[in-house]
Amino acid sequence: MKVGQIMGVINLIHETDELEQLTQNRCTATVPFGARYRLIDFTLSNMVNSGINKVGVFAHKKYRSLMDHLGSGKNWDLQHRQSGLFVLPPISDDVQELSRGDLFHFYQNRDYFNRSKPEYVLITRSHMICNIDYSDVLAFHKEHNADITIVCKEEAEGLIGKARKVKVNEFGRVTAIQEGYGKLISSIYNMEMYLMKKDLLMDLVGTSLAKGQDHLVRHAIFSKIKQLKVMSYMYEGFLGCVNTIPSYYANSMKLLKPDVWKELFYKPGSIYTKVQDGAPARYTEHAKVEGSLIANGCVIEGTVRNSILFRGVHVAKGALIENSIIMQNGKVYPNSQVRYSILDKDVVIEANRDVRGAETGLFLIGKRRTV
Amino acid sequence: MIRKQMVAMLLAGGEGKRLGELTKDLAKPAVYFGGKYRIIDFTLSNCVHSSIDTVGVLTQYQPLELNRYLGIGTPWGLDRRNGGMTILPPYMQKKGGSWYKGTANAIYQNISFIERYDPEYVLVISGDHIYKMDYSLMLQHHIDNNADLTIAGIEVSWSEASRFGLMHIDEANRIIGFEEKPKKPTSNLASMGVYIFNWKQLKDYLIEDEENKQSSNDFGKDVIPQMMKDELNLSCYKFNGYWKDVGTIDSLWEANMDLIEPAPSLDLGDPAWRIYSVNPVQPAQFVAPSATITTSLVTEGCFIEGKIHRSIVFYGVQTGESSEIYESVIMPKVKIGKDVKIYKAIIGEGAVIDDGATIGSPDQQDITVIPVGKHISANYGLLEVE
Repeated sequence: MKVGQIMGVINLIHETDELEQLTQNRCTATVPFGARYRLIDFTLSNMVNSGINKVGVFAHKKYRSLMDHLGSGKNWDLQHRQSGLFVLPPISDDVQELSRGDLFHFYQNRDYFNRSKPEYVLITRSHMICNIDYSDVLAFHKEHNADITIVCKEEAEGLIGKARKVKVNEFGRVTAIQEGYGKLISSIYNMEMYLMKKDLLMDLVGTSLAKGQDHLVRHAIFSKIKQLKVMSYMYEGFLGCVNTIPSYYANSMKLLKPDVWKELFYKPGSIYTKVQDGAPARYTEHAKVEGSLIANGCVIEGTVRNSILFRGVHVAKGALIENSIIMQNGKVYPNSQVRYSILDKDVVIEANRDVRGAETGLFLIGKRRTV
Repeated sequence: MIRKQMVAMLLAGGEGKRLGELTKDLAKPAVYFGGKYRIIDFTLSNCVHSSIDTVGVLTQYQPLELNRYLGIGTPWGLDRRNGGMTILPPYMQKKGGSWYKGTANAIYQNISFIERYDPEYVLVISGDHIYKMDYSLMLQHHIDNNADLTIAGIEVSWSEASRFGLMHIDEANRIIGFEEKPKKPTSNLASMGVYIFNWKQLKDYLIEDEENKQSSNDFGKDVIPQMMKDELNLSCYKFNGYWKDVGTIDSLWEANMDLIEPAPSLDLGDPAWRIYSVNPVQPAQFVAPSATITTSLVTEGCFIEGKIHRSIVFYGVQTGESSEIYESVIMPKVKIGKDVKIYKAIIGEGAVIDDGATIGSPDQQDITVIPVGKHISANYGLLEVE
């Protein structure tokens, strides 16, 4: 793809969020994932790796962590003179306007779109974890002469997490999109990635709002599914839909499979995140680590099995971590045990504690708590 | 240009001959160290933590990789509008030009760079050493003692004293004797190659030294002895932290091994003194169910199966099942197959070790060095025996 043909929009407005305590003080986009990333890193990196060098992020609520994480966009190579990263929070602070649909937000930012050069717009969410080359999607879009291309994924055994299903005919044309989470029998899931010409988007925004409709998918796209040629691009790689606690845990644990690790983090492109300058992970004499992901800055003196340790986690002597996720700077003191738990950032487990969840009921500990 | 109190001049042109294969295509300051760093990261991080924001990096030998690594100084926070990092290679002038003949000549050739900032003091350091030091404390010592030159000194073991420039000092830390790499050392107070000069005075000495055709234009051999002769006030700032000259294969290996001790004297994880470096884009390390890692440092992007004991593993390294690695330094992106045994070795970046190969042996004294990008086949150890 020619660099700069597409502009990216990461739409965080009314993104499904059933991540409980993990999103108490942050938006879904900045939920830590995969030992050193935030969810939004995957989408951002995919865009950059596909030659998209102008990305707007529609921030909506609880976006302090988002601003902190994204900074100038330098870590994703999105700090250019000509284009780069634009964080676009709500323009109005009127409560009623805040609760309106995402189309209104597009409308409020119409100048941003009109001023941008790229011919195409790619609109995504932040919770679909995958590694995809969008230039392939653009080639598909052009080849099929589509008005809108939706990136989809077939999951015969169903998808963990909340996603809309779509119905696709034999030509790959989308004929139905699940309304809310209503009934629709299909094994094809909508990855909430929409590619279309910028002019079409602006047109849809204007005409839908004029009719009093203000949701991009439900109104602007779905209600015109007969008039517009909406195509499905079938993505083949690993997909994790992360917007509920069970899907967060299940998709995290999938990273412990070698094939998934080798694919999601490397192919076709690398995943970038905010750098931290942590030291290499330190394993001491009695360390025992099996089947786990370990980030830099960790110090491991105890036992870690089938778990994910984010940056700067300390597992003291005699401590045991099993089937768990310990986020940044977690401390587990001597002889404590942690099983089937998710520890948010900066959690401290004092010595000789037994923290135990179950496969069916994970134990969640909020940020900065001490047990 | 805003005036700077002190400008740092970092000598990074060292060839590092004694590092052999490791510096074949690479300047010594760019050699990998400690699991994710390059040697120069330590001095650059020291500068930043000492509130020095203007650093001239003098490059000469094999600068390509080093230049690429340093960029505009962003990873160290040295991409500044005013000051920041400037790479200073030797250059041509109207009257001709030349390579940097010696350490003093390197500074002499960059007088105009320093003059731009009109500093009171100039800190001269080298990019060859591993240590964490607050230069602002040394500057305070320099000012308090009203010194013309302050040299940082550290006590080294007598056995290796002859590798260094050695100082004799009186009770007030005034330097009363200085000898460069003597055969028979009479002091074990080594110069760390960290100098603070008063700029105006240094400039005069550099010009004078340059006019002396007999001079080798070196600080240790020429300029400092001349200052001694002129009875200037030379003061020693004693440093008692960790400091290591990693100029040889043995010392490079030892310094790496120092890091895996239970309470290492060089703490890489101190949040108040982070060692900044270019962070590779790599996911968290994957430790397979069959892996055993003990007393080691392992970095992001590694895919580990097999056993690792008392070793330093850089980013992007893959090790295969049933492989065993002992007391070794594995540099970035090395691919190690299955059933490989590695004892006391330094494996250069990007080397490929085939299944079943053995490098070194459990009882050897010497360190085996595998060059950058080298392919080692399964019968590697056997061929050497023949």
